[in-house]
Amino acid sequence: MLQTKALQYSYDGRHQLHFPDIDCKKGEQWLLLGQSGSGKTTLLHLLGGLLSPKSGTVNIDGTNIGVLRGSALDHFRGRRIGIIFQKAHFVKALTVEENLLLAQQLAGVSASKSRIREMLERLNVGHKFRVKPDRLSAGEQQRVAIARALVNQPSIILADEPTSALDDLNCKEVINLLEEQANAVSATLLVVTHDSRLKAAFHNQIQL
Amino acid sequence: MSLFQLSWKNLTNKPLSLTLNLILFALGTGLISLLLLLSTQLQEKFDKNLAGVDLVVGAKGSPLQLILCSMYHVDSPTGNISIKEARPFLRPGHPLIKTAVPLSMGDNYRNYRIIGTTHDILPLYQGELQEGKLWEKIWEATLGAAVAASLGLKIGDHFQSSHGFDSDVDMAHEGEFIVAGILKPGGSVLDQLILTNTQTIWAVHEHAAEEQADTNAHEDHVEEDDSRPLMEYEDKDITSLLIQFKNRNYQTLNMGRSINENTDMQAAMPAFEINRLYANMGVGVDALQALALAIILVSGLSIFISLFSSLKERRYELALMRVMGASRSRIFFLIILEGVLLAMLGCLLGFLLSHGGMTLLAAYMKEAYRYTFSGWVFLKEEWVLLAGALGIGVLAAIIPAVMAGRTDISETLAEG
Repeated sequence: MLQTKALQYSYDGRHQLHFPDIDCKKGEQWLLLGQSGSGKTTLLHLLGGLLSPKSGTVNIDGTNIGVLRGSALDHFRGRRIGIIFQKAHFVKALTVEENLLLAQQLAGVSASKSRIREMLERLNVGHKFRVKPDRLSAGEQQRVAIARALVNQPSIILADEPTSALDDLNCKEVINLLEEQANAVSATLLVVTHDSRLKAAFHNQIQL
Repeated sequence: MSLFQLSWKNLTNKPLSLTLNLILFALGTGLISLLLLLSTQLQEKFDKNLAGVDLVVGAKGSPLQLILCSMYHVDSPTGNISIKEARPFLRPGHPLIKTAVPLSMGDNYRNYRIIGTTHDILPLYQGELQEGKLWEKIWEATLGAAVAASLGLKIGDHFQSSHGFDSDVDMAHEGEFIVAGILKPGGSVLDQLILTNTQTIWAVHEHAAEEQADTNAHEDHVEEDDSRPLMEYEDKDITSLLIQFKNRNYQTLNMGRSINENTDMQAAMPAFEINRLYANMGVGVDALQALALAIILVSGLSIFISLFSSLKERRYELALMRVMGASRSRIFFLIILEGVLLAMLGCLLGFLLSHGGMTLLAAYMKEAYRYTFSGWVFLKEEWVLLAGALGIGVLAAIIPAVMAGRTDISETLAEG
């Protein structure tokens, strides 16, 4: 499902970042642990096709994303990869529901309000669908961000420090939700973090 | 959530900046469109009322004033000329003159000018009777369509004139006019006039003179006999003469010059004077147009600045859209669309302002210029203006759009 081979990246042309090969099967849930500055976010951006590697390949769902160019890559990313960031960001001018509608439209998936409502209900933010995102609490925002990443039923969910801004209670809840929702759409989940609270929750782990 | 909806929501999310941009753009385009409307309609009316008149003969003074007064009925007369002086032009069978229409003015009824003249004035403006008959006898009047409509006068109604061009009860003359007929509306200056015969105007003023002097009949009393041709009232005055030549040639050209050099009268050529007026007006219109263009440029700049500064806070949002599958070109078009939407809406608002303003102005212009204007006429120049607005919208948005399209997703997200 998600495989990398000999991934290398360099920001300035001198310092090379080497990443271990990754091989995640369909529906598996992985934790990628690393300290700040170890290149976690860089790796996540390489996996999500937001950066191009200096060398090596990323294979998702049988597609080598290195050969995709321009809007083909954008489209592939929108359709197959759901990304959750440390801090949830939204299109500020739109309501929660409209943000999810936009996610469907940008990925080229036909708009389905019932699907959106269902996702929001499942994540316990169903009553907030008419609210602008900046009126939500941090926990609610992160849940809406998860709903957005999952609404198009991606094959892979990449989460970059999804819990570092949350307290213990919310942290546990968000991780449970992530696992649950990834299972529900049988997506492969890869969580990148330095948050050691999560170690216990995953038995597939990679150390950077 | 189409691109169009998204850009609209982005704009309305900042109501203050949206309002400022719209108002600025509307002011610029509105001013230009208003100027276009005004000058086209004014020119149309002026040209229409040139009425094939080649020469206007009247008392010495400003030639433009003579034309404005005699042909457009907006200014006051330069003075009077005596029939004795005008006689050569009134003579039937003049070798050069096709028609000579005498005009006598100086009175009004509720701000509508009363003109003493002959039936020859009608063919000049293609005037036709709607109902009743033309003025024949003294005190009979035929009304322009707009006069009858706005004053609610019908055939057989009576009214009293007042002196001057402004309605004033204290200046009311004795002697009652009777409405003999009403003309069809023709869009010309005739619509705004009350026509009667020259003798009536004299009679009105003799009444006034007699009251003041309290003397008995001197000179010949027009009221008793109004059937003689005008030429025979040598001691009477008229205001001016509208002259149409049979052919235009060097003789007719010389006629004007010779009147100006050899008589106490002046001759003015309407086409020449009106072109001079356009030229003078043109300077003012040009200056206002330059001002309006400057406003439009500033509003284009304002659109540019608000798009540009909004990019800064929307960088993350745009990167996020890329993550969700939006291509570079989509982001580019989103920003362009925002600029175009602002400009188009501003332009449409400007049209609303200018046409609304023109409707208000029309009421005032009707008083001042005796013409009916319309606020809801659309000119093809306005399409050009709309296209120009579109261009400015694109131009203002192009740099922010290119920058937005080039946003490095990874870098932006890592910062966030």
